[in-house]
Amino acid sequence: MPTYNLKINGQDHAVDATAETPLLWALRDHLDLVGTKYGCGIGQCGACTVHVDGNATRSCQLQVSQLDGKSITTIEGLSNDGTHPVQQAWKAVDVPQCGYCQAGQIMTASAFLAKYPNPSEEDIKNAMQGNICRCAAYNRIQKAVAVAAEKMV
Amino acid sequence: MSTLVSIKFSRRAFLRTSSLAGGGMLIGFNLFTACKPKVEMPVDISKLNFNDFNAFIKIADNGMVTIFSPNPEIGQGVKTSMPMIIAEELDVPWDNVYVQQGILDTKNYTRQIAGGSQSIRFGWDPLRQTGATARQMLVNAAAARWGVDPAECEAKQGIITNAKGETLGYGDVVNDAATLEVPENVVLKDPKEYSLIGQDITNVDIDKIITGKPLFGLDYKEEGMVYASVLRPPSFGKVLDTFDDSEARAMPGVIDVIRIGQKARELLGKEEQNWTVKLSDSDKVVVIAKTTWEAIQGKKAIQATWTEGTPLESTDFQDKRLLGLLDGKVFTTLRKDGNVAKAFEQADKVLERTYESPFLPHNCMEPMNFFANVTEDRIHLVGPVQTPADAAATVAEMLGRDVADVHLEMTRMGGGFGRRLYGDFVYEAAEIANAIKKPVKMVSTREDDMTTGVYRPAIKYRIKASIKNGEITGYHLKEAAINDNMYGLIPNFFPAGTLENYQVDVAKYDSNITTGAWRAPYTNFLSFAEQSFLDELAELMDKDPVQMRLDLLQKVKGTTDERIEYSPQRLEDVIHLVVEKSGYRNPKPGVFQGFCAYYCHNTHVAEVADVVIENNTPVVKKITVAVDCGIVVNPLGARNQIEGGIVDGVGHAMYANFMFKDGAPESNNYDRYRLIRMNEAPKVETFFVENTLSPTGLGEPALPPAGAAVSIALKKATGNRIYKQPFINNMMAKEVIG
Repeated sequence: MPTYNLKINGQDHAVDATAETPLLWALRDHLDLVGTKYGCGIGQCGACTVHVDGNATRSCQLQVSQLDGKSITTIEGLSNDGTHPVQQAWKAVDVPQCGYCQAGQIMTASAFLAKYPNPSEEDIKNAMQGNICRCAAYNRIQKAVAVAAEKMV
Repeated sequence: MSTLVSIKFSRRAFLRTSSLAGGGMLIGFNLFTACKPKVEMPVDISKLNFNDFNAFIKIADNGMVTIFSPNPEIGQGVKTSMPMIIAEELDVPWDNVYVQQGILDTKNYTRQIAGGSQSIRFGWDPLRQTGATARQMLVNAAAARWGVDPAECEAKQGIITNAKGETLGYGDVVNDAATLEVPENVVLKDPKEYSLIGQDITNVDIDKIITGKPLFGLDYKEEGMVYASVLRPPSFGKVLDTFDDSEARAMPGVIDVIRIGQKARELLGKEEQNWTVKLSDSDKVVVIAKTTWEAIQGKKAIQATWTEGTPLESTDFQDKRLLGLLDGKVFTTLRKDGNVAKAFEQADKVLERTYESPFLPHNCMEPMNFFANVTEDRIHLVGPVQTPADAAATVAEMLGRDVADVHLEMTRMGGGFGRRLYGDFVYEAAEIANAIKKPVKMVSTREDDMTTGVYRPAIKYRIKASIKNGEITGYHLKEAAINDNMYGLIPNFFPAGTLENYQVDVAKYDSNITTGAWRAPYTNFLSFAEQSFLDELAELMDKDPVQMRLDLLQKVKGTTDERIEYSPQRLEDVIHLVVEKSGYRNPKPGVFQGFCAYYCHNTHVAEVADVVIENNTPVVKKITVAVDCGIVVNPLGARNQIEGGIVDGVGHAMYANFMFKDGAPESNNYDRYRLIRMNEAPKVETFFVENTLSPTGLGEPALPPAGAAVSIALKKATGNRIYKQPFINNMMAKEVIG
């Protein structure tokens, strides 16, 4: 089986896997980074969102063979101790219900706010509509993104 | 309605205490039933037999408190709110409290269940009693040390103070307290004294959730663990014949391919646990691999043949069958007051409408999964299940083992919605582990989850009412459902009790499609049918729909009918509150408002939906909701449940559809099954009726009225009544969209 070198959260990791293994499963099963969640496997729900060179990307749709030289950030590496403004906003607003989709929501929101620091309500809704929350905590997710935007300015 | 309800406990059976070898005090308590009278507490917490109790408080000699939360956490917030109730009566600063998930007791207790919005309702008294008893023991220990009467001492925020103003911390006296008798007749706080209950408390797992720590069943790992992907029949009605696994076996990471199902099927006909789902009569093919991905890929490579065991149903067939039941004459009558037929004969006007709903999958974001390791010593099970006791008992029976061998750990659940009441995935994991003699995690894919579910069945209602001299004189509700009908007190919900001639009849047919509870079973669709009907009836009578409800409620006040569980006064209170807060009497121009009021799961709720027309399309903008759930334990968590329940209710009413063709679901993932997303979610504004009545649960009751309120607002906005879900297929807003 081939070995792929992945740069994740600033560290190099060697993964022995077939070329088409999705990044999602390499993270979860090979590297024990289980914060990135499996939800649908077809890029529809956003639970598996990570940053690839700063862009919010569905890790279920990326193969380990496509990531040479890319810098990957997962929820575990977004901050050292949960202090990223988006994570803090999630806590201040008390967003989660079951909590399962929230890592993906936070990764989408943090990549979005890094590019669009001053979003309108409509901007937030459009940016976040790719992430499903089955508990439907959408009111709070939306509010938390707005709170984080204020902190990040 | 009384104020605080209290249940008497025999404290000796209910509570046990012991001092801990490392310092501190341990209090074990049986939360829901105390049926094991003699249990010894250990002096070393590592020797604690978790099966003897289902919840604990540990008070360390530094004053820190650990509370083990007994019930499974599915996102309904009980891991935060149940320990809050203990901490209130114990009177400790919340910052000094650490909450841990308690473990399952498979033997003695009856309600370690997440379901029916009942955790808080049933936990309220025993949790308060436990906290208060512990507080009294600490006070008694301090009083003994001072040589004073305990009545002269006061405990607050972890500090005990005597009449002279001297103080001792809980940690200072905890080792003495552990040796004292468990006191009788402790005094519970008056709600006016609450300093924690009623405060906004953040989810206790928040730091782990936002940093991606392992919390869920899918995150659980053990050394040497392998992964299993299960190939189940592609259609309801088909059974496995043969399979060719040669290609799968040659694939990377694949360790083994096995055939299972026999063990689980032997359970059929045996004594069933409450939450045992109807098991498939087919065998299944299981691919065991080193990683989840390799197991899933291996499964795709299995070439299986299937035979038709029972008829393959399609949606057309189901629709015809259900309508046939409604047209037919064979019903079970669940409530009958007066004579509806006579009322219809003598009526000035009669209104009859039929309401139709599709099947719904649960779609928990965390797909079904479970860890199992079956050895000679024990059966170790870890994962997300709403009914851990039944799952453990069923696994023990399936494998011919003593239930005491089963050690089940509950993980946080990535959603439940009723799906995880049924333990089929636990039995599968255990059967696989038993066969391969390795620790294994069974993981369903989204496609597995959606196509081999335990669905909310398609249901149809037909409602007929008569009007005479401007009054409703008769009301006849008929239900046609699949596999099961409405149960419990549902036939006695509003408007039962308000009308002289009232009847509820149900009929069903048995299908091979597995069905079960889905968040707010039956009422999740019944509310839409009945509340839409009442709105149309009000229109026909030229009455204000709010006043119509209030007039009906007058007629049930003071009823002696014990089946009437809802309170007319509390329903009236939420109606008045929602009318005031939503601006229902003076809607803004261009805003179309739909009103409804509903009672289910012991909670009274009224909602008003605001619909506006944007780009020639009706858009649900806002839902205003008034809730009477008694004392609100944790308003922050309570509002979250209500907001989520409403948006969930709107989403499924608007968009959800799930059809079958020849026994196979036509949707298998989110590209062909539409769940509501943020850009479609209305804003929810929540208002609570303030009172000091015992609290009720909030996981479900805000959901059922949401679809009803939206359908009524859509009628005002578009001119068309909706009788069928999903609304998106049935809006027919011709005047608007043109």
